[in-house]
Amino acid sequence: MTDIAGTTPKSTARFPFFNEATTPAGGEGWESMYPYYLVPSEETTEHENKQFWFADTMHWSRGCHPFDSIGAEAVYLGVGTFSTRIFALPVSLGLDVRVVNGYVYISPLAVEDPARIQERVAIFQERAGYYYANWDELYAKWKTKMEGAIDSLRTISFPHLTEYDPAEVVSEARGRSSAMAVIENYHRLIDEFFSIWQYHFEFLNLGYGGYITFFQFCKQAFPLISEQSISRMVAGVDVLAFRPDDELRKLAALSNELGLNPIITGDTGADAVLAALAETANGRTWLAAFESAKDPWFNYFAEYGFTHDQETWASDLSIPLQGIARYAVKIAAGEDISRPIERLRSERDEIVDEYRALLTGDEARQFDELLGLARKVFPYIEEHNIYVEHWSHKIFWEKTWDLARFLVAAGFLDNAEDMFYLNRFELDTALFDVVDSWAIGVPARGKKRWQAEIARRRPIVAALQAAGAPPAYGIPPQQVTDPFAVMNYGVTTERVQDWLGASGGATDTLNGIPGSLGVVEGPVRVLRSEKDLPLLQPGEILVAPITAPSWAAAFAVATGVITDIGGMMCHAAIVCREYGIPAVVGTGFATARLTTGQRVRIDGKAGTVVVLEPATPADDATAVAAL
Amino acid sequence: MYIHEFSDPDCQDVREVGGKAAGLAQMTAAGLPVAPGFAVTAAAYRSYLRTGGLQEFTRGVLDGLGSSRDQSAFDDAERTITERFAQVPLPEEVAVPVRAAYAKLCADTGVPDIAVAVRSSATAEDSVGASFAGEFETWVDIVGADAVLAYVHKCYVSVFAGRVLSYLAEKEIDPHAIEMAVVVQKTVRARSAGVMFTLSPTSGDRSKIVMEASWGLGLSVVGGEVTPDRFVVDKVGLEIADRVLGDKIIEYRRGDAPVDVPADRRQTLCLQDEEVVALAALGKKLEKMHQAPQDIEFAVDEELPEGSNLILLQCRPETVWSHAVRKPAFDAAAGMMSWITGSISGATAAPAHAHDASHQH
Repeated sequence: MTDIAGTTPKSTARFPFFNEATTPAGGEGWESMYPYYLVPSEETTEHENKQFWFADTMHWSRGCHPFDSIGAEAVYLGVGTFSTRIFALPVSLGLDVRVVNGYVYISPLAVEDPARIQERVAIFQERAGYYYANWDELYAKWKTKMEGAIDSLRTISFPHLTEYDPAEVVSEARGRSSAMAVIENYHRLIDEFFSIWQYHFEFLNLGYGGYITFFQFCKQAFPLISEQSISRMVAGVDVLAFRPDDELRKLAALSNELGLNPIITGDTGADAVLAALAETANGRTWLAAFESAKDPWFNYFAEYGFTHDQETWASDLSIPLQGIARYAVKIAAGEDISRPIERLRSERDEIVDEYRALLTGDEARQFDELLGLARKVFPYIEEHNIYVEHWSHKIFWEKTWDLARFLVAAGFLDNAEDMFYLNRFELDTALFDVVDSWAIGVPARGKKRWQAEIARRRPIVAALQAAGAPPAYGIPPQQVTDPFAVMNYGVTTERVQDWLGASGGATDTLNGIPGSLGVVEGPVRVLRSEKDLPLLQPGEILVAPITAPSWAAAFAVATGVITDIGGMMCHAAIVCREYGIPAVVGTGFATARLTTGQRVRIDGKAGTVVVLEPATPADDATAVAAL
Repeated sequence: MYIHEFSDPDCQDVREVGGKAAGLAQMTAAGLPVAPGFAVTAAAYRSYLRTGGLQEFTRGVLDGLGSSRDQSAFDDAERTITERFAQVPLPEEVAVPVRAAYAKLCADTGVPDIAVAVRSSATAEDSVGASFAGEFETWVDIVGADAVLAYVHKCYVSVFAGRVLSYLAEKEIDPHAIEMAVVVQKTVRARSAGVMFTLSPTSGDRSKIVMEASWGLGLSVVGGEVTPDRFVVDKVGLEIADRVLGDKIIEYRRGDAPVDVPADRRQTLCLQDEEVVALAALGKKLEKMHQAPQDIEFAVDEELPEGSNLILLQCRPETVWSHAVRKPAFDAAAGMMSWITGSISGATAAPAHAHDASHQH
């Protein structure tokens, strides 16, 4: 394949430049919604047109509301800081970022000057070396820092403005209005969010670095070894990421024990199920267990927590309840639903022993050292998600909704949802306006102005979200060499070529990254969001922009998983391997190219999705009728 | 005891059955499939020599040679001894158990009058394990108990072949120190056959087993007369990683001449997945036994029932990659930080590129 890629006529084929992108009808004027540096500009065109940009649909599968683009800032500030300035990765700087037609695009930046690379090697070895040498201790500190940041987020509040400041302001001689807290807490909310994303990248690339090194050792020692074989040697490490789903399994088992299945599997909606449970002693016992599992384990986004409008298990209890019901049915049918962790571990140990036996003594020592490293870093690679993308984000978005309700209470907005049509700087301005106007005793001066702007933006965002995102812009690289882009986003030289070729005409095969072993055939169910999860039927292959471990209910039902984005270490791949479901990740287009009901065969080893029957207008009609 | 089946532990006694039979017995004991059969022991040979004063007769003939190293003298001795031996059939105490063993082989394999190979498995009292490779003969496609007895007899006669006598003289081995055990083994009827390396012969990857096979006997594969089917199996986990269909235009049904393969079978894989995996397991086992990568010849017998039809024909150490010095992934002297730096700097192939090399489709 390397050879094939080498001889593929690359010619001058490229993706459109940003300044050639066409805005979908109704989306005109989107540029004004985001901070200027996130939007392509004339001033930066020369740089932009030299770069290769791919869509970060892993984090933002939908077009961004203006406020939600804060994630694109926090994430890529974090990557950049740690890659470029703190650990000085020798050949990679950060990922440059732009929002185009509402979608987030990123571009890896390389260091090419040999002298600069050498300089960075020295810094990297010293600084990263310190982290690898003290990994466990520093990771423990990391958890403390994260818990501190989460606790700090929890203390943030936006007290509603009252006619007169509270009496305590006087009795405690505070000397400043309680309304100052609104502005201050808004800034803290933003700052903590950025901090959390700094912490996120404190370890992430080092973690990947450890894993990649083990990977490359294996590739050198065994040139034909498959990625899965390598992954399986690291698998079976117990990490927090599986806890939420484990909690569902436990609650399902308890439901069986207490004879509550008829209630729990009843199709009456979450509220009715919970009410019915409260009526019996057994039901109340179960509810107590359910309650104690909720915090923190249901502080879990059903999708990635990068937008304000996503449900968590805790905010939509029907999600965990559905998962529990599905497990309960399986247990009742005598199925063993436990995650086969013991089997995975003994398989893993066997595989490790066999590979090691094939090595020379020197190689075996390196192998042991690097396997140890890979296993040391693996928990972070998986666990940081729970802390950052789930727990922190859940509180962050809760607090933004509190702030939105503050603005509604202050009479500045009609609907809380409206706030997210302002970007974070505009919101800062508006908040000052609200507090300042209140202090002076005049109506907010910008209320009509902002409401009009929100009314203008609402259809723009809707148009952008309806349109979807092309996978890439700019000039494709001859080779994708950034190991982090490969590992985290599944963007490889071949994927990029697929994207380029795909515009030329439809083929019946989608290529992706082999995520999890196995071959399976069946009808697909294309889901763009976790809200559609209930549509997934047993026997169907799930097609999604990206999945997270939190799609637990889906993993219990789907026979296979296909994603648009992700590499061999993306969450979908990791989880599917642990659950033994075949997966092809990073296909680029699956959600756009496949139609619900279409039959496909996925080969989790080859990384291919073969469409067995073309989509027909009839299929589409059926799909529409079914909705 | 005049007969030991390969599965009989006594059959591993090289003094009694010779190197060839002992080797087959060891493989059988290790659970490795070889064509079924039995050994006619050295004791049977001794019994024959005791019959009708043959031992004294041969001693007399050979003593008569004196110190002559003349090949024609050896050839004369052969003629004399052959004539004498021709008049002495195997004694009943040998013939009866050989007939019984042959009958049992027919019964065990379910093939009446099964065709067998009769092979010399000579040993020598003073030089246990001495190789007589190429000195003694093998006959294939022998059918019926009478014929088997006749060829066992031929083996005995062959000890005194002029060519052998000259060889023994050169090695200063007393022909009377030779004890001729005989292997009687089912002739392999290869539906498919080929070769297997317990590493990738193209990349040297020791985690792979690679086999090439075609229809019929392995001659067509070894001789390069066909494009064989190619199978790559993960040594760890024994999963088939790759199947490449060949173009198998001819096959050898017997050792003599090739015949055309009908069109429909040319484009059909000549090994089923289960066979590939089972063969790979055998390769893995052989590698473990010998503690080095092996180069193995195998066949799938069409007469034996499924499950016991995979036959190992030959096994020798792989020599090309086994002696090659592999470039280490990372400089062992440099330390882990240097390895990590190299890895994330793209100094070696990034994961996805390496991955692509392993998925050629």
